[in-house]
Amino acid sequence: MRKLTKALLGATTALTISTAMPAVSQAAELTLCWAAWDPANALVELSKDFTAQTGTEMKFEFVPWPNFADRILNELNSGGKLCDLLIGDSQWLGGSAENGYYVKLNDFFDKEGIKMSDFAEAAVNAYATWPKGTPNYWALPAMGDANAWFYRKDWFAKPELQAEFKKQTGRDLAIPTTWPELIETAKFFNGKEIDGKKVYGAAIFTERASEGITMGVTQALYANGFKYEKTAGKYDMDGAVNSPDAVKGLEEYKELYKCCTPPGYTDAYMGETLDAFKSGQAAMAMNWFAFFPGLYKDENVGGDKIGFFVNPKGTTAASTLGGQGISVVANTDNMDGALAYIKWFAQPDVQKKWWSLGGYAVHNAVLNDPSFKDSQPFAADFLVAMNQVQDFWQEPSYAILLQAMQKRMHDYVVADQGTAQEALDGLVKDWAEIFGDEGKL
Amino acid sequence: MTDTNTTIMDKATERMVHATPMSLARRVRGLSDRAIAWLFIAPTILLLLAINIFPLIWAVRLSFTNYRANRPNAVVEGVGLTNYQRVLNDPDIWIAMQTTAHFVFWTIILQTLIGFSLAYLIDRKFKGHAFWTTVILIPMMLSPAVVGNFWRFLYQPQIGLFNYIVSYATGVPPSSFEMLGAVSLAPWSIIIVDTWMWTPYVMLICLAGLRSIPDYIYEAAEVDRASAWRQFWSITIPMALPFIMLAVLFRGIENFKMFDMVMLLTGGGPGSTTEVASITLKREAFESWRTGRASSFAIILFVAVFGLANIYVKALNKVKQR
Repeated sequence: MRKLTKALLGATTALTISTAMPAVSQAAELTLCWAAWDPANALVELSKDFTAQTGTEMKFEFVPWPNFADRILNELNSGGKLCDLLIGDSQWLGGSAENGYYVKLNDFFDKEGIKMSDFAEAAVNAYATWPKGTPNYWALPAMGDANAWFYRKDWFAKPELQAEFKKQTGRDLAIPTTWPELIETAKFFNGKEIDGKKVYGAAIFTERASEGITMGVTQALYANGFKYEKTAGKYDMDGAVNSPDAVKGLEEYKELYKCCTPPGYTDAYMGETLDAFKSGQAAMAMNWFAFFPGLYKDENVGGDKIGFFVNPKGTTAASTLGGQGISVVANTDNMDGALAYIKWFAQPDVQKKWWSLGGYAVHNAVLNDPSFKDSQPFAADFLVAMNQVQDFWQEPSYAILLQAMQKRMHDYVVADQGTAQEALDGLVKDWAEIFGDEGKL
Repeated sequence: MTDTNTTIMDKATERMVHATPMSLARRVRGLSDRAIAWLFIAPTILLLLAINIFPLIWAVRLSFTNYRANRPNAVVEGVGLTNYQRVLNDPDIWIAMQTTAHFVFWTIILQTLIGFSLAYLIDRKFKGHAFWTTVILIPMMLSPAVVGNFWRFLYQPQIGLFNYIVSYATGVPPSSFEMLGAVSLAPWSIIIVDTWMWTPYVMLICLAGLRSIPDYIYEAAEVDRASAWRQFWSITIPMALPFIMLAVLFRGIENFKMFDMVMLLTGGGPGSTTEVASITLKREAFESWRTGRASSFAIILFVAVFGLANIYVKALNKVKQR
């Protein structure tokens, strides 16, 4: 009898331990989902401190950009439990807040003393709030970013090219400050032979499938005064989206694409633009600030050979917003652990280290530091850009709105269909139908 | 040989009967042959219902609603025939259908002509024909993902082999044209790849058709002093026609729902130049998340393919009966 009791006791203990083990290991583990790019590697490095302090093992799920939205939104929609924490695009905030995918963080911030006023205002509005600009927080600003430009500083410095440019245009060969100057400079370099190699004017975004061409075109649109609505929140798009200024911006983008991009750049986004520049094909290129630390370190085109500049002006100064906030996924099994990570990440010291590793912190402790502007060759431009950023719709229906714009812009810019006015008129029609379906018009 | 096989089968059956537990044997004994047949096919039917019929019925149901898979909390309302009306009145969808039709038409024409010609040559049984048959079949054995990716490189205007070959043959500079980026060339770039990949498949079916024609028919035609041309038109083509039509049916259905190759090569671009119906459907369902509308589009496509295939199969049966 005693033997039987012992055996039963042993079996019960073994069963208890074996069932409890996964729960214990799960509690000490967090999965953070993000896009697969340079800053993600910096975050892995940074998060080692969190693991050292809390004992929580960090797992990462990094998805390549072209599949990022598809993969992660599918995960959220299907109620998956892959991610405890998610660094998601700013445009996802509306849908994720309204569908209950993200945890609202107001109470947590109040309890832990995390103040949104400690972060750059533009970043808070863009990466954390829904409805936009209201004090309802669904994320902590994690990674500031904007679309900007970089150029071959060494080519711009060549005396013979400077002389030729001066002769052609009557001005010095320097960083373009307006869109017409940008196009003029790109045309100057396009087709030239430099260091024995044919080069092209500019590598820009033209990708069709996800968000590429929209993120590129909006650089020219915003700079020319493009607005989504005439009155904020009224969805009165006719006359704003297809205004003469917007038409001019779109025409300028197409002109730049037609005159000066390398051959085969009909479906180019972040990777292709970087490739064009790194292979010495492009004099200038657009991309997100997130890639600039890596570019500056590049052995062939980095260091003294590269320079950076913010998006040139049109009628106004503006840049397309990138960047993301970090959110807690409502479906997580490790809510305490996820919130602990947010609390840890919001600390000024962690934010400073985040910047030093290559992440774009938007904490005021980092941005307002007197040494910040000189800390990296692109830091000053980052500050300028973050003060003039504009974002795409953050509506719950952002995915349909984005697809409509991708189609209209690619049809006009790359496939040569119709005029800029027709493309933007068509876009107003598409968006009006979408908002009509939503009951907002 | 047949007697030996029968004996072996009988012995095996006897062994199985003896090995069957008595309880099961007793239970089965009370069932009719029909009931036992149903018992055997029931798992397959259940599986078919679960993974084919149920989703189809579910999609039909969704097509009459405003359901969106990315809005689980939103109220799902019936919208009647609105989704169907919108799909059928959407000019972009009609453009996608035209693109699909253009793609299906040219791939079938090219694959049938080249496939049949190759089969006709291979059927001559020249020295090494088995080796060349295998070589010709290689593209068909590759994964579409691999094919799509390496053709992307071949079509690259600056480093692509395709552009260099065209340049060598015509004298046009290699980077002066973009197979995947130019509106006029992009549809043809996909047609070329699909034809390269799937012509061997058509060839294989045509070869089976040619090999099925009995030699004595040709011998009789020789006796009647029919010319080679006459034999080709009066014997080869009519007798191989059911096989050719079968190949056309298979390729037609496959190409109507073509997705992978287009997605890998052009992603539907430039603009919407190569956006075939399946890509529009994918965008509607999984990028725009208009699930109800996407379902109605899918049902329309299903009915169209099903209807066309049925008409075609009837025509095929008529040809076979002749």
